[in-house]
Amino acid sequence: MIRLVQLELQKLWLNRTSKVLIFVSFILPFTVLVLSSIKINFFGFFTLELGELGIFNFPIIWHITTFCASYFKFFFAIVVVSMIGNEYSNKTLKQNLIDGLSKKEFILSKFYTIVFFSLAATLLIGLATFCIGMYYSSYTEASIIFREVEFLLAYFVKLVGFFSLCLFFGMLLKRSAFALAFLFILYIVEWLVFWGAYEIFDSANKAFQVKNFMPLESMYKLIDQPFQRVMMTKFPDKMDLAYDYSVHFSEIAIVMGWTALFIFLSYRLLKKRDL
Amino acid sequence: MENILTINNLTKKFGYLTAVKDLSFTIQKGNVYGILGPNGSGKSTTLGIVLNVVNKTNGDFHWFDGNVDTHDALKKVGAIIERPNFYPYMTAEQNLNLVCKIKGVTTDKVQEKLEVVGLLDRKNSKFRTYSLGMKQRLAIASALLNDPEILILDEPTNGLDPQGIHQIRQIIKDIASDGTTILLASHLLDEVEKVCSHVVVLRKGEKLYSGRVDEMINSHGFFELKTDKQSELISILENHKLFDKIKTEDDLITAFLTEPMSASDFNKLMFDKGIVLSHLVKRKESLEEQFLQLTDNLN
Repeated sequence: MIRLVQLELQKLWLNRTSKVLIFVSFILPFTVLVLSSIKINFFGFFTLELGELGIFNFPIIWHITTFCASYFKFFFAIVVVSMIGNEYSNKTLKQNLIDGLSKKEFILSKFYTIVFFSLAATLLIGLATFCIGMYYSSYTEASIIFREVEFLLAYFVKLVGFFSLCLFFGMLLKRSAFALAFLFILYIVEWLVFWGAYEIFDSANKAFQVKNFMPLESMYKLIDQPFQRVMMTKFPDKMDLAYDYSVHFSEIAIVMGWTALFIFLSYRLLKKRDL
Repeated sequence: MENILTINNLTKKFGYLTAVKDLSFTIQKGNVYGILGPNGSGKSTTLGIVLNVVNKTNGDFHWFDGNVDTHDALKKVGAIIERPNFYPYMTAEQNLNLVCKIKGVTTDKVQEKLEVVGLLDRKNSKFRTYSLGMKQRLAIASALLNDPEILILDEPTNGLDPQGIHQIRQIIKDIASDGTTILLASHLLDEVEKVCSHVVVLRKGEKLYSGRVDEMINSHGFFELKTDKQSELISILENHKLFDKIKTEDDLITAFLTEPMSASDFNKLMFDKGIVLSHLVKRKESLEEQFLQLTDNLN
């Protein structure tokens, strides 16, 4: 397993484009997080301090940082599709197999790398969140700090799921650009499914329940948007703002199911294909 | 003798097209094999199947004694097919290190093999800056990294300039003289003739011949003759039981033997008959002539 990760890391690390993208996908969310946590003075007119809003309080900070950081996954998604696309366009996939890598090992080396980077991203965000929270939060009792830490698990599962989807599209289409375009097409298809379900059940709620099983929506649903929750804390008496924002086991199970399916299909595709 | 590769009734279909049809042969340790055939005869497909990149439709094959998985067996094989495939953004040395990692061998042979193919002074240049000849030589270095039991080369001199062709051939000859088993696929017959001891001849995916190069067709060779008394010579040859076919081109007469006969015996015979030859050469068919004869017979 370590051999397979090492293999893939060498391929990625010596490629300047992927090195830059990996840096960006790690450094950028980190920077945004740190910048947003410091007091910004707009030329003496007014000062903006997001910490004042209470969004850096435990436990809501876990929710907010993981939600915002997950938007930066697109940078690493480009790395994932190009690591497949390049293997096809350089024909190095063929050469790897001839040199004695099995098709299973090839897919696994990509998958392990995805897990490795997702884990690193999760740990980094977790650490940053913890530090900022300790600095700003009004409550610093352990029981409050580590409440809702499951958002980190959701973040990790979300990253692995999304990158596995990218891996599968990369294997399917062999070209990085097409694979990224297909992500957008899938997004539209999911809305078409929603529309179809709405036509059948004649209820938006039912239609959303159907859509929740689709790959992109299920990953998005893992961490619901936190803004409504911030509003809720400001106006606790407005009951119509209440919604279910917690991480459910069923949501994690759906995404893990998709992940397993995408990896399996990638392997099947490679096994059936004549290179 | 130890078998390295055994192929039994292998068939590959691409839709309606049958690229390889019921092919069987074995590769034995220590020999240099050539796979001959025109373009599209199934050479590369056959190699692709045994190298784990093309799926077979029917039949089977196994490496060595058949007890190892194909991908593990390939770690003991060195192969280059069609074009050299490496990561363009890595240097030669980094590319070879990666291959070492895949094959599960240590990287201490990298320098030595770069030396063998004469690329040691360019080891820190990126692969994309290499000329085709250098890329092909790097591919050979890569295939040699694990000191393979067998080296498989598919059209290794394709697209190279004469100097490059000469270099690659010299490297192949050196490797063959070390006792490494080699399987060389080519449509260039003089290439195969120069280095191979055994051949497998394919046409449209079917095996026409497999065995030693010098036993490919039953032939005792032929004489090329010139003389002033041409018509007399032809009549003598036509009445002689040792010759079955006589061809005349301008003043050059070619007479094919049905039984072995030495040039000096023939010269003596002619002298006794009162014919003085101005030109006498005994030859065997070249591989190209044999190959054409073999493929023509089936047309």
